[in-house]
Amino acid sequence: MSTPTSTSRRRKPLQLGGYLGLILAIAIMILPLVWMFLAGFKERDEIYTVPIQWLPNSYDLSNYAAALAAVPFANFFLNSTITTVIGAGLKMLLGLTTAYAVVFLEFPFKKFVFGLVIFALLVPQQIVMIPNFTLVASLGWINTYQGIIVPGLASAFGTFLFRQHFLTLPISILEAAALDGASHWTRLWRFIVPISAPTIAAVALISIVSEWNEYLWPLLVVDRSDMMTLPVGLTLLQNNDGVTNWGVLMAGTVLVTVPVLIAFFALQKRIIAGLTAGGVTG
Amino acid sequence: MPTIEDLHRGTASAVAAPTNVATPAQRRAFTPRKKKKPWKSWLLFLLFAGPNVALLIVFTYKPLLQSLYYSTLQWNLGSASAIPVGLGNYVTWFNDPGTARVVTVTLIFTVATVGGGMVIGLLFAVLLNRKLHGRGAARTVIVAPYVLSGVAVGLLWLFVFDPNFGITAALLDAIGVASPPWYNDPQWALVMVIIVYLWKNVGYVALIYLAALQSVPRDLLEAASLDGATPLRAFRNIVLPLLGPTTFFLSITTLLSSLQSFDIIQAMTKGGPLEGTTTMMYQIYQEGFQAGRAGYSSAVATILFAVLLVVTLIQMKYVEKRVHY
Repeated sequence: MSTPTSTSRRRKPLQLGGYLGLILAIAIMILPLVWMFLAGFKERDEIYTVPIQWLPNSYDLSNYAAALAAVPFANFFLNSTITTVIGAGLKMLLGLTTAYAVVFLEFPFKKFVFGLVIFALLVPQQIVMIPNFTLVASLGWINTYQGIIVPGLASAFGTFLFRQHFLTLPISILEAAALDGASHWTRLWRFIVPISAPTIAAVALISIVSEWNEYLWPLLVVDRSDMMTLPVGLTLLQNNDGVTNWGVLMAGTVLVTVPVLIAFFALQKRIIAGLTAGGVTG
Repeated sequence: MPTIEDLHRGTASAVAAPTNVATPAQRRAFTPRKKKKPWKSWLLFLLFAGPNVALLIVFTYKPLLQSLYYSTLQWNLGSASAIPVGLGNYVTWFNDPGTARVVTVTLIFTVATVGGGMVIGLLFAVLLNRKLHGRGAARTVIVAPYVLSGVAVGLLWLFVFDPNFGITAALLDAIGVASPPWYNDPQWALVMVIIVYLWKNVGYVALIYLAALQSVPRDLLEAASLDGATPLRAFRNIVLPLLGPTTFFLSITTLLSSLQSFDIIQAMTKGGPLEGTTTMMYQIYQEGFQAGRAGYSSAVATILFAVLLVVTLIQMKYVEKRVHY
């Protein structure tokens, strides 16, 4: 795309202002993260110093060792991975089958069922957390994976996005599937899912990110440190002593954020597609 | 004038070409067996959609009604006995001297995060929409905090805001201003959590606005430029109205997530100091799970949900008339 030449003279000062704005925006977004990374390497006397010292004297990992020794980080990591993979996986499955049913199958109260799914988007989990906590406790699910996963499993947003996508599928695919005489289950997995892969990947990544970062519910249903997920366990480093040991706490924070940052940078095209898919659908 | 449907198709087309889309009639013809044995399709429908709907009923709709019932009880979490008090919890909440503060904090937090987020997000989007070198990298950096854990974000910013050894203290010191007592003053603490919330979430708003800006027809702007309109005027008179549906969508989604914010407040202030950062949502958590007053907490939850429903309905009604579809 080329800029019309008639406006190019006016653009010079605007261009400069644009770059200044861009640099300012990047600085605001990135400095706190840099501050966290650097603090993870700092000794106490490098942190409690005025004026502040940006760079650590040495890049040793003693804060990381201290964080790993203070709380069971390996367990947190495992628990986060298990609840995220199973939670996001089942959520996708539920979203796909529900959207398929709503678009391709007949049922007398179909509109009502879809409305039921969509209206759930308006119910914040905090509104229903006391009844849900009571139910999970009565089932003996406190400090269990099912206790963390099941109450948030239903797919409302995913169903909505998949339905929107299924409505745009070309008729030829559906005809091919019908001619094939395949069952609905087979049609879903052999025809619909493969051509919907980009949408599914985008929605899956968004589900994975939100499961991984989920905090309030796991905080309520887990009180044993070996069953905690990363966000819940991370706060143990904060609560361990009265005075915050910033070096150790920041090392822990790096351990929680870096896997997500790496995943984000590697898969950002798909993640951004997932975020905007929700957005422009309205 | 692009409709919200066009906008959607704009992204969907990147995924699957929307040519040859099945009409509803064709889609119905695709399942011809239903005429003979409708129950078979119904059964399949139940198999496909049933589990999801069942989960929603058990973990969303049933507890919604339960919560309404709990709000009429004087009941401590975990206790086997409860005393029915009718609307007593509601009366207590409306008469509590602390309620005015909680409502004020909620209003300030919500207006600042939703309004501030939209303004800053739009500014970022306009920047990212310009043909500048490095705008791709800038977009990545601006969106990155949105995918991070709210707890981790809260903790790392707590160190940024350290009144003695943090970045803000150093920056303010450079211009000869003493750091405000972010940790100990209720008002400054509220400003602090608002800033952090904006930092984490503004990338999402920017991203959605950017997608909408990119769908603004270029020839429209070129025509305006040839007519002698300044970029600012063209933006106000052409671009902003076209962004209406996007603004509408964002106003609902960011309001919903702002009202639900918990992670950052819990990690940074735990609702303090002097309950200066206790929003209604945080109060629901605190009353229910810290103070154990489950009945009272459910009453606050019911009030908040009622407000949420009314606000969303008003938004939908009001905006439907005003936005160009």
